[in-house]
Amino acid sequence: MNIPKFTGYRRENGRVGVRNHVVILPLDDLSNAACEAVANNIKGTMALPHAYGRLQFGEDLELFFRTIIGTGANPNVAAVVVIGIEPEWTERIVSGIAETGKPVKGFSIERSGDINAVAAASRQALEYVQWATELPRTECTMDKLYVSVKCGESDTTSGLASNPTVGNAIDKLVEMGATTCFGETSEITGAEVVCKERAATPEIGEEFMRVWNAYNDIIVKFKTDDLSGSQPTKGNIRGGLTTIEEKAYGNLQKIGKKSRYVGVLKPAEAPKGKGLWYMDTSSAAAEAVTLWAASGAVVHLFPTGQGNIIGNPILPVIKLSANPLTCRTMSEHIDLDVSAILRGEMTLDQAGDKLLEMVARTANGRLTAAEALGHREFVLTKLYISA
Amino acid sequence: MIQFLVHEKSDNVGVATVDIKAGETAKGLFMDTQAQMDMKALNDIPLGHKIALVDFKVGDTVIKYGHDIGRIVADTAAGAHVHIHNLKTKRW
Repeated sequence: MNIPKFTGYRRENGRVGVRNHVVILPLDDLSNAACEAVANNIKGTMALPHAYGRLQFGEDLELFFRTIIGTGANPNVAAVVVIGIEPEWTERIVSGIAETGKPVKGFSIERSGDINAVAAASRQALEYVQWATELPRTECTMDKLYVSVKCGESDTTSGLASNPTVGNAIDKLVEMGATTCFGETSEITGAEVVCKERAATPEIGEEFMRVWNAYNDIIVKFKTDDLSGSQPTKGNIRGGLTTIEEKAYGNLQKIGKKSRYVGVLKPAEAPKGKGLWYMDTSSAAAEAVTLWAASGAVVHLFPTGQGNIIGNPILPVIKLSANPLTCRTMSEHIDLDVSAILRGEMTLDQAGDKLLEMVARTANGRLTAAEALGHREFVLTKLYISA
Repeated sequence: MIQFLVHEKSDNVGVATVDIKAGETAKGLFMDTQAQMDMKALNDIPLGHKIALVDFKVGDTVIKYGHDIGRIVADTAAGAHVHIHNLKTKRW
């Protein structure tokens, strides 16, 4: 088959990125100010402030490290400056990212203070950004892409048109040999048996059910009277979605008709090969997309009904919608309008091809609506209280 | 012009693809069979909202995508708006 080409950045470990960010990455909440100061000093770099990194433990701490290291390791990132309050955990982040072979250096604030740490880190960031901006794009084929999918502020137009458009594109990407991933564990509720049957083997299906049950148990344990205030969301309800089951079947349209998922990933865990993967994620857009970015995804497909506006600092988020009202009133947020499907003027197959064309354009460097509007939601998933 | 779509032949609700006004006879299309049907709307059905294709009694199951999406909690006539006032999840 003819695999479409694009020009991307080949990284030291053989992975292909579509962006060339130099990231100033805080280990912890206390180091956000220094990172933002460095990014302000050195143009062309980007700080990724976040709220955590102190007194976490157990699985929650492991997820934290996996997310921060994975963010720095993402192929859309050329080089990383890490700043932390103390040297030990800073070094853990640095050595995790260094496994990719990309340039990375850590700075700690204790025994130097913000001002000296910012000065030293700024000099390093300057060197990295001048090196990175000379890196050339080279010709790559689309099977080298890792593409994640998640919808938001869905309505019934999502289930009718924009989600099946993503599903059509996913089937084609998997056929080309690309890596793809879906998740949103809580929003599969109501369709979990159908989802289990889409696994490549019964064992993988059982593993999915174990993960889904564990998530559902937490929701059932901590919910008040019910979840009707947040699942479906107020935006979902306004758009005509009534129940979580209805939302779930619409949601699952995103994984297409043919592909079977070949493995179950922990949050922020990198896929181990090609094909369609399932990742255990929240259904909150910014949290979930941050986890996919940390797992190495380089393009994200985001169908929306009522108009979710999420973006991510390192992962370009392509928005598509079939809701003509949303495409008209929020046009600056929408990369691809597929409302013609609802008028019977565009088939899902044509829409899937248009979406793949948008993936190629985005991979070539076209800024997505979310990138152009400065949406850089970087939201860590926290499993439980800090120690 | 098509005013509502039905995912599958076995579904008992359709989805408005334009704003449908009460009293209008709306044209629908089944996405799997391409069969068409007319339904007189009893209420306004906003774009994206569901229209009942059959008469429902309390306790009946609503089918969409060929699957169970919840139970009817107030009697609902064919042509009526189906949403949070007459349809509830069987989960949570």
